[in-house]
Amino acid sequence: MTTTTPGQRTEAKISVQDVRKTFDLKNEEFVALERVNLDISDNEFVTVVGPSGCGKSTLMNILAGLDETTAGHALVDGAEVSGPGPERGVIFQQYALFPWLTVRKNVEFGLKVAGYAKAERRERAEHFIKLVGLDQFADALPKMLSGGMKQRCAIARAYAVDPSILLMDEPFGALDALTRVRLQEQLLETWSREKRTVVFITHDVDEAVFLANRVVVMAARPGRIYDVIDIDLPYPRTEEVRLSPEFAELRNRIWTSVYHQTPGTAADASATARA
Amino acid sequence: MTTSTYSVARNGPEPGGDAVAAGTAAAVPVSTDGTSGGTDGPPSPRPTTRRRTMDKKSRLRLLNAFSIVMGIATWWVMSLAGFQFPTPPEVVAKAGEMWSSGILQEDILASLGRVLTGFLIGSALAIPVGFLMGWYTVARGLFEPWIQFFRTIPPLALLPLVLVLMGIGELPKVFVIFLAAFLACVISTYQGVVGVDKTLINAARVLGAKDGRIFARVVVPASTPFILVGMRVGLGSAWATLVAAELLAAQAGLGYRMQQAQLYYDLATIFVDIIAIGILGLVMDRLLLLAETKLTGWQERR
Repeated sequence: MTTTTPGQRTEAKISVQDVRKTFDLKNEEFVALERVNLDISDNEFVTVVGPSGCGKSTLMNILAGLDETTAGHALVDGAEVSGPGPERGVIFQQYALFPWLTVRKNVEFGLKVAGYAKAERRERAEHFIKLVGLDQFADALPKMLSGGMKQRCAIARAYAVDPSILLMDEPFGALDALTRVRLQEQLLETWSREKRTVVFITHDVDEAVFLANRVVVMAARPGRIYDVIDIDLPYPRTEEVRLSPEFAELRNRIWTSVYHQTPGTAADASATARA
Repeated sequence: MTTSTYSVARNGPEPGGDAVAAGTAAAVPVSTDGTSGGTDGPPSPRPTTRRRTMDKKSRLRLLNAFSIVMGIATWWVMSLAGFQFPTPPEVVAKAGEMWSSGILQEDILASLGRVLTGFLIGSALAIPVGFLMGWYTVARGLFEPWIQFFRTIPPLALLPLVLVLMGIGELPKVFVIFLAAFLACVISTYQGVVGVDKTLINAARVLGAKDGRIFARVVVPASTPFILVGMRVGLGSAWATLVAAELLAAQAGLGYRMQQAQLYYDLATIFVDIIAIGILGLVMDRLLLLAETKLTGWQERR
């Protein structure tokens, strides 16, 4: 099934239909995304992994409404994405905390925009700061926090406005291995308590397998979906799961898919993706 | 296998040291983050380095004081050795005399009044213009050539023209000071606005903020450090321009007093005024620096 008519009705939470995205690079057209098709259902945790230049961040920016498609459709809850919206929370690799605001004020920022009253703002912020374990640092400025704590604050800030979708662009990419593993576990814990649809971009195959219901492998030149693999590992994902042979097998399969990609056309790719 | 045993044995003390370091590092998250069930910890304070920097600081202060004392001593020796300088006690006596007659206060007020008026109007206008230039391409296109052009002209070079056009009252002096402060501040503000991290703007956008709020809550605070640097540069430039302007055309003020003293070969008065100009400039700069630390303490220093 490669022929989805553009803008067709869908039950999916997120539906990417025949998306193409090009950039102009000095008289030359650079194809960042070519015929990308992907349906993500409600409360699904999807990780997107691929080599650099495969357009995974572009795809996320399109879903976030920070970038526009050249052709095709990006639908959220059946409606075309046009600009950012509070129902889609975004977590950036560089944390993007407002450095002049304390942890609490950062978390309250979106609530203020949404027009929450002061007392309720306080309460909600408090709840999510606690959820990510930053209660002792609620009044600290970002410069006092380590990288991992900053990212947890960013997660709390995104969660606070109650988005039904979380878009995460290599959120743990800049962290050391140990912190990264801890935050992965924490994220899953938070996610199991406060279910959301998550699209998580990463270049780390282990991370992709560990977190996801489904792993989307992308390929570069042109950026396209290369493979989609279901991850049937049970939640909660414990260390046991991480060390299990099933995990290893999936990781090996995805590793091969990411690092030994056979050059192909976008049509082949989406055929694989839909298989 | 043997190699690894060998290397462990050879590096005997080192793994031990690492173990201690790892132990303290691990202790931090447990103690501070106990509630969240073991997460990454905050950067741990290092008391040893702090003490060393404090020692360094007090040593610097000591050297500063020593240097000042030596400087004054050199001046004293030189004036006694036949240079035509007044000695430090002579200058102090002159300052006392000028103070009790009220001339010094009058001059200081006249000069400060001019510089603050010009500086405040200059900064107050520079900040919105800088923001407009950074935010709207139209404003940038219209303002930029003029600002770039006038930036290359020392404000004092405009004084002859300004004197002809505006007469010899307060207006021409305040105007050149205004120009000096404005030009320094507007460019810095503009650069601050242009340089605002795009990710922060995107972060605000995805949280639902619209342009007005992004401007007030993200662009303004993010460019505050640049504005304050611009204001400090502007104040220095305004102060320099003021004294020179007073030397050329004024009836009161520190620059004017020096000009008069020069006619009567009154070196002590010139010294008093120079010192007053220096101290006032320093005080104003420190006040802005204080505002800067207060307002931009959130910055991560690298």
